[in-house]
Amino acid sequence: MLSRIAESLFWIGRYVERADGTARILDVHLERLNHLPMEEQRSVAQELLAVMGARAQNEDFGLPELLNALAYDKQSATSIAGSLGAARENARRARETVSSGLWESLNTTYYGLNQHRKDVVGTYRFCNWVLERTAMVSGLADTTVSHDESWQFLVLGRSLERADMTARMLSTRDVLSAGMSWVNMLRCAGAYESFLRTRRAAFGDQHAAEFLLLDRLFPRSIVYALRDADECLAKLDPSAQRVGFINDARRIVGQARTFLEFHRTDDLMAELPEHMERVQKAVSQASDAISRKYFNQADELAWVGEVS
Amino acid sequence: MSDLFQDYSEAAGRTGAYDEMFAPGQLARKSYGQVAGALRELSLTDVSARADSMARTFLDRGVTFDFAGEERPFPLDIVPRVIPADEWNVLERGVAQRVRALEAFLNDVYDKMTVVSDGVIPRQLVTTSAHFHRQVHGFEPAGGVRVHVSGIDVVRDAAGTFRVLEDNVRVPSGVSYVLENRRAMAKGLPEAFGQQLIRPVEEYPRRLLSALRKTAPSGVDDPTVVVLTPGVFNSAYFEHTLLAGLMGVELVEGRDLICRGNRVYMRTTAGEQRVDVIYKRIDDEFLDPLQFRADSMLGCPGLVNAARAGGVTIANAVGNGVADDKLVYSYVPDLIRYYLSEEPVIANVDTYRLEEKEAREHVLDRLDELVVKPVDGSGGKGLVIGPDASKDELEALRKRIIADPRGWIAQPVLQLSTVPTLSGDKFGPRHVDLRPFAVNDGEDVWVLPGGLTRVALKEGSLIVNSSQGGGSKDTWVLADSPQVPVEVIPRPTITVRERVSVWPVESNWRDSQKEQQQQQQVSAAQEVTANA
Repeated sequence: MLSRIAESLFWIGRYVERADGTARILDVHLERLNHLPMEEQRSVAQELLAVMGARAQNEDFGLPELLNALAYDKQSATSIAGSLGAARENARRARETVSSGLWESLNTTYYGLNQHRKDVVGTYRFCNWVLERTAMVSGLADTTVSHDESWQFLVLGRSLERADMTARMLSTRDVLSAGMSWVNMLRCAGAYESFLRTRRAAFGDQHAAEFLLLDRLFPRSIVYALRDADECLAKLDPSAQRVGFINDARRIVGQARTFLEFHRTDDLMAELPEHMERVQKAVSQASDAISRKYFNQADELAWVGEVS
Repeated sequence: MSDLFQDYSEAAGRTGAYDEMFAPGQLARKSYGQVAGALRELSLTDVSARADSMARTFLDRGVTFDFAGEERPFPLDIVPRVIPADEWNVLERGVAQRVRALEAFLNDVYDKMTVVSDGVIPRQLVTTSAHFHRQVHGFEPAGGVRVHVSGIDVVRDAAGTFRVLEDNVRVPSGVSYVLENRRAMAKGLPEAFGQQLIRPVEEYPRRLLSALRKTAPSGVDDPTVVVLTPGVFNSAYFEHTLLAGLMGVELVEGRDLICRGNRVYMRTTAGEQRVDVIYKRIDDEFLDPLQFRADSMLGCPGLVNAARAGGVTIANAVGNGVADDKLVYSYVPDLIRYYLSEEPVIANVDTYRLEEKEAREHVLDRLDELVVKPVDGSGGKGLVIGPDASKDELEALRKRIIADPRGWIAQPVLQLSTVPTLSGDKFGPRHVDLRPFAVNDGEDVWVLPGGLTRVALKEGSLIVNSSQGGGSKDTWVLADSPQVPVEVIPRPTITVRERVSVWPVESNWRDSQKEQQQQQQVSAAQEVTANA
């Protein structure tokens, strides 16, 4: 298939998942934020923005600005509206390859972005609506697109972004360290009930973090998402090597996953910031490697030339 | 105040009750300052849009109760009920005190009955109670606790004093609405939350689970807890699923359980698994067909024997109903003095015991001024409010009282306190009660800050039960700390941990080059904007 199309599909997967994750994080943390006094609200809003990968432009950054930055700002790829707009733009470029179901659901979502009140109460509804829409997009992608190469790119993007988003959910622990941080982390990931069912009595930060980071069966855990990504990469490039990998992306994803999966620790919480940082880094490196290999070969060639 | 409150003070004056939100003259009480401020900003359209959306959320989430075979959302009103910290401290102490007294009473009643031999309460009263079960006489339940969970209904009279209306120590329900109401309100009226500290309710399931585990039979290291439900047709089925889900334990029906050798097991795909603690949400009469109703399909034969042998903890214990008999209720202040040597913190509502000849005659003369209740009823069943009843109803009641004086009590009509409640296009005063929930783990009685505030949605109605047109309100207990300027509130410190590095050092030359580029970028998220 065309590199350009593959790239579009990869980014549809990433952006839709990003909108989904951001909506989840916003929904849960907005509830917390609202209970804080104004001054504290401001600093927490800024920290939350930093976790999502952007920096506040000025000191006055508070709740309304946070809502704009994470939900409604169409210019920013960090925001829900920006991500969904970008996903739709990518689908438009690959319109002849994606199914009409997928295209239409993305397009409808895009036109629905403006139909919400941008205050706190409206944002709750907006987040719920986004979750419904993204679930619909994934469902339609799942059932109306052949699970061929193009599908693998879509899932690859989604899995990588999911690992990244879960890492951010875990990082929000530092933002609101007062009270029930682990409950919030789990509710962000929609993992609360699943988590409770796996534990008989052992609740707490450590177990919740372990669940979101290392659980082998929960689809939004980092290890699970990285495994998904690994499988997609293997299917995209089935050339069996006797030794090693020539595919950088596979090496990066595989190393990160196996490191986490086989890592043994007594104090996960102390290491958590490093894990999060490395996971996010691995995701972005893998994304770069994928784009060098599949989407942008010219760049790759020039680069190799420089070495030799 | 916006015009939503236009006719409020007039309507509140008509009821003659204590209003929780407004002092006379329609001045918002201090505890309601923030709520009043938030409501002032809203127009009717805002309020009804939010109320609609809250109702829809409840229906979507399945927060329903079963009414005559139909699932209905439990109506949640948008105005919360706020309890200031000092009032709550008294309530909390009073509720815990009552639970401790009832616990001691039950232990005594099913053992030596010293309370009877010391002349505090007549023997006949205990033995004639419909819920005094001889089947569980003479043993201490495993774990030593009988009243694990209780709901003590309190009301505020016209003078503003809290009084206990009744005790529920069998299967008190409603706590799921407390949890759900808070979630819905956080999204429905977010403006009212900032600036004041409202005590959280979300720890209830963990408190409950830890109390249940703590009272497991001795010798069990890692107890298995289950919630026993009658099934999907029970009116509180939603609550059973929610609690089981939030505690992360199995929700079982009677047919999932087997008793063998005085131990209880559940049937699982991995074979039979031992059950140590059963949080029982079915009535005693249906629990064990060997001991109680033989035709019960809901229970499991052998449970009572297993409990007697100490093989399983049943929470709440079988036979608790004797303590929430309404005639026993009239003795609870004496029980508190007898067992705890303390004065009751919260008073009872004055109660006439119709067995006593003088009281009965007095009551029969004034039936049209009093409330008459059956002693073993719950959910407002069988209750007759004198001033609202017709002549025929009163005549029928008179005959029933004379036929069975043990079966009834009479109380004066209390004007329950009111809280503004949305009704049509404005707020009107509606009567409320309060059910705080207490969890007893054997060492300590913990009272959930808040509880279920039920509200009679019909104007002037005093019956708050959901089965009779009642709704609920979120109940906020304000935190103790005085309102200090926000700057002074200490920000929870983020624990600074020493950075430990456990990941392998990046040796790959390509990776390290990427890393340098990375550091110049704020984040991965911004980097990818390159695509779009």
